[in-house]
Amino acid sequence: MSEIDTPGDEETAIEPQLLPLDPWHRTRGGRMVEFAGYWMPVQFEGIIAEHLWTRESAGLFDVSHMGQLEVSGEGAAAALETLLPGDISALKPGRLRYSLLLDENGGILDDLMVTNRGDAFYIVVNGATKWDDIAHLREFLPDAITLNHLDEHGLLALQGPKAASALGRLGLTPASPDGPGLDELKFMQAAKFEWQGRPLAISRSGYTGEDGFEISVRGEDIEALADALCDQPEVKPIGLGARDSLRLEAGLPLYGHDLSPEIDPVSAGLSFAVSKRRRAEGGFLGAERILAQLEGGTATARVGLALEGRMAAREGATVWSGDRQVGVVTSGGFSPTLQRPIAMAYVERPLGAEGTALELEMRGKRLPASVVAMPFVPHRYHR
Amino acid sequence: MTRYFTQEHEWIEVEGDTGTVGITDYAQGQLGDITFVELPGEGSAVAKGDSVSVVDSVKAASDVYTPVSGTIAEANAALADAPELVNTDAETSGWLFRVTLSDPSELSALMDEAAYKTYVESL
Repeated sequence: MSEIDTPGDEETAIEPQLLPLDPWHRTRGGRMVEFAGYWMPVQFEGIIAEHLWTRESAGLFDVSHMGQLEVSGEGAAAALETLLPGDISALKPGRLRYSLLLDENGGILDDLMVTNRGDAFYIVVNGATKWDDIAHLREFLPDAITLNHLDEHGLLALQGPKAASALGRLGLTPASPDGPGLDELKFMQAAKFEWQGRPLAISRSGYTGEDGFEISVRGEDIEALADALCDQPEVKPIGLGARDSLRLEAGLPLYGHDLSPEIDPVSAGLSFAVSKRRRAEGGFLGAERILAQLEGGTATARVGLALEGRMAAREGATVWSGDRQVGVVTSGGFSPTLQRPIAMAYVERPLGAEGTALELEMRGKRLPASVVAMPFVPHRYHR
Repeated sequence: MTRYFTQEHEWIEVEGDTGTVGITDYAQGQLGDITFVELPGEGSAVAKGDSVSVVDSVKAASDVYTPVSGTIAEANAALADAPELVNTDAETSGWLFRVTLSDPSELSALMDEAAYKTYVESL
């Protein structure tokens, strides 16, 4: 027996680094694998159990491998707008939005979340791309703009319908007297809090499609916080395996698989990340190509596929319409919620209409599939 | 009846000229939740080391190699509706296929249970 493919098998010759919670994961029975240059838990009690627990209760994810950056200085919003297609100038303090780091051709260098912290823009980028992102930002941002890598902070995500009640029980207080309480935060809003004198920066956001929070915490405080959260009866630690199956069901693309420098935002179905004002004004890397694509469309589109049977199609499986190859799968696996295999693929746009019957070729077999709307499982954000 | 093991974590239990093949409990633990098993066609001729079955887990698909050469006599039909048997009963009712051995001398290259146990502990 040997594994044919593994998600997150990024090749690296460098010895993986240890995250602040590494011993905590091992103590709690996490099976550690190498991911994005770190040892990370792929699972604790089992991917399906962890997945379903998150959907019905609350799961705690350690995502401290991700890059946490702060961009500040006079004109920071305008400077970021040269690199991101979002309307950063219109982003109010305490709000966050999804955006993309683009190259000159409109290819996607990374996807990210940017929060207006009032005194700085706080940006969370993918772990595997953070060093390249930092180099890119340093290259293109003016010298007057400060880029700070918050590499002494960890990041926890608490996700699921019971996340708010579990986190609420910790008794957080707003860091500023006029700041919102935890229960006043809505989806895509953020604020700073204190927990037993420890600073926490919290946003109501996540990567599972569920209500939940992402919590930036100092490395020296992360273990105490993870313990306090897992002491709540609703909360269990969740590994990378379920993180992947949850985001797949939520229809959320994964950088390095569904997104890459060869993919543009329009093909990826991420046109919403190109704000209205930016469409009119341009002025960001890759604008020329992307504005033309918004006008004229792209040849391919990212679509969701529901497979018949139980055999999953994985990244790299080819998509067929009769005897013609019309696309390729970029993510796929078994959906624990739907109890069937699902996939994301890039296909010729005319074949991306909901209900279109296609076939996926996997290990020489043709698997019948049909195009379905994403998310595969409805989002349940707290709006 | 004698049970043998491979370094790729298959087991084979031989009775007469028929071997029943599955993956070990250690292997299913490594794979995690199994969601689908692709089984070989009955009557097909296989050579030792051929990939004849695929075990799909939530995170990955894994090849299963036949420990011996011969002809596939039977595939475990119960796995079509209950692939999780490979998790819960890997070394009993979660067997994958039966093979009619064409060269029983191949068995001598395999490990016995004690040797496999030592091998797993070394991993």
